[in-house]
Amino acid sequence: MRTLVFILSMLLFVRPINGAAAEIKLATTTSTEASGLLALILPQFEKASGVKVKVISVGTGQALKLAERGDVDVVLVHARPDEDKYMAAGFGTIRRDVMYNDFIIVGPKSDPARLRGEKNASAALQKIAKSGSRFVSRGDDSGTHKKELSLWREVSIAPKGAWYLEVGQGMGETLTMAGNLGAYTLSDRGTFLAHRARVGLDVIVTEVPGLFNPYGIMDVNPAKHPHAKNVDALKLIDWIVSPAGRAAIGSLKVDGTPLFTPGAAPKD
Amino acid sequence: MELWATTQEALRLLVTGDATLWGTVWISLKVSLIALLIATPVAVATGFALASIAFPGRRAAVVVLQSFLSFPTVVVGLVLYVLLARSGPFGDMGLLYTQTAMIIGQAIIAFPVLAAFTLASVQGADRIVRETAVSLGATRTRAAMTTLFEVRFAVMAGLFNGFGRVISEVGCAMMVGGNIAGLTRNIPTAISLETAKGEFAQGIALGIVLIVLALIINGVFHLLQGEGDLK
Repeated sequence: MRTLVFILSMLLFVRPINGAAAEIKLATTTSTEASGLLALILPQFEKASGVKVKVISVGTGQALKLAERGDVDVVLVHARPDEDKYMAAGFGTIRRDVMYNDFIIVGPKSDPARLRGEKNASAALQKIAKSGSRFVSRGDDSGTHKKELSLWREVSIAPKGAWYLEVGQGMGETLTMAGNLGAYTLSDRGTFLAHRARVGLDVIVTEVPGLFNPYGIMDVNPAKHPHAKNVDALKLIDWIVSPAGRAAIGSLKVDGTPLFTPGAAPKD
Repeated sequence: MELWATTQEALRLLVTGDATLWGTVWISLKVSLIALLIATPVAVATGFALASIAFPGRRAAVVVLQSFLSFPTVVVGLVLYVLLARSGPFGDMGLLYTQTAMIIGQAIIAFPVLAAFTLASVQGADRIVRETAVSLGATRTRAAMTTLFEVRFAVMAGLFNGFGRVISEVGCAMMVGGNIAGLTRNIPTAISLETAKGEFAQGIALGIVLIVLALIINGVFHLLQGEGDLK
């Protein structure tokens, strides 16, 4: 009897802790973690909801795979076509636009290919190719490199020639090289802001169709994965698009410039 | 098992004559051999002078030369970068991200190796060789050549070593060459890129090429120096 009382009292002791420590797993891309975004906003959500978030930051493809297999409860990525496929296949029940950041075309102040004022990203690249101005390409299969290649495809150009330099290096090194060569390149805004002072390049084309990079958040369908903590996942999704979540996202800044804009990206 | 599959794929790329791959090989070979061609005469002369001519500060010069042996190639690259960058003192020459810049870098990297080997070998050489040459009426240059011929195996060892250092270095080539496809991408910088991309087969293929290349070049050098006596 005494043993039974002891066990029951232990259960009483244990269960409330389990209940209070609600925890969900979020699969996301490295950019949201590396930029410091999650470290800034998640504590605010945890405080408001009492739900802890464990972050698994991997590549976009892998993040979606984790969600499809029910290894996580919620997923935040930036790959719109893949997100639509995920939803169409019934892996998730809800998808919301969270925020966006953007790519920019940077180049020498003199703007030899006369891109300033160009209203479309691939048209700008087309001008670079036509003028034979130098363009430095990441050439490393990164997300930014893939974005660049998709822009060339839109105008049916297979970039090749002495003006097109594939350097196979990271964004920082690529910007350094473009600066030294007086060349154009495609960069994400955050990395460019961090290197701007040093490389001596200007933002030449920005905020035009083709350059936005939207992030979406999706849950894991509890009908497919009954163990997924859907109620708590929905709490995160509701919060991240709420005024409080949007304010938190907008408050992440580098040198006074926000890295992400909350809400849906302008239509391409 | 994965290593074996990767190596097989690598061999396939090699024998099918993948143009990009062989282009990279050619750039590597060209840059390193020209760099050695430039560095060798100067370095051998320097090593010989340090071993045979007395002057104030000679020992300090020897210590400095020998410590350059442990200079990281990426630091050579960094210094060269600062000099050649657009904002640097030689920026107007437009040498950054060219094969010329890589050649300069590799010549600087090879120099201390060649000079230090020559220095050590001449110091270890029999004085009698030189004195005999002089007593037989040889000029100073002629006597020096006689001594160098006598220690040619050690000097050649320096050359093997220098070649090994420049053909395999990635830090300086990446920094002043920029790893531009078809222009300044050599074997080591290409391996570095393929690895970052997860293209291990391509990386290993390049690694195999580098080893085979080293075998061939060292074989040629070896034939040039002759067999030598067994001791």
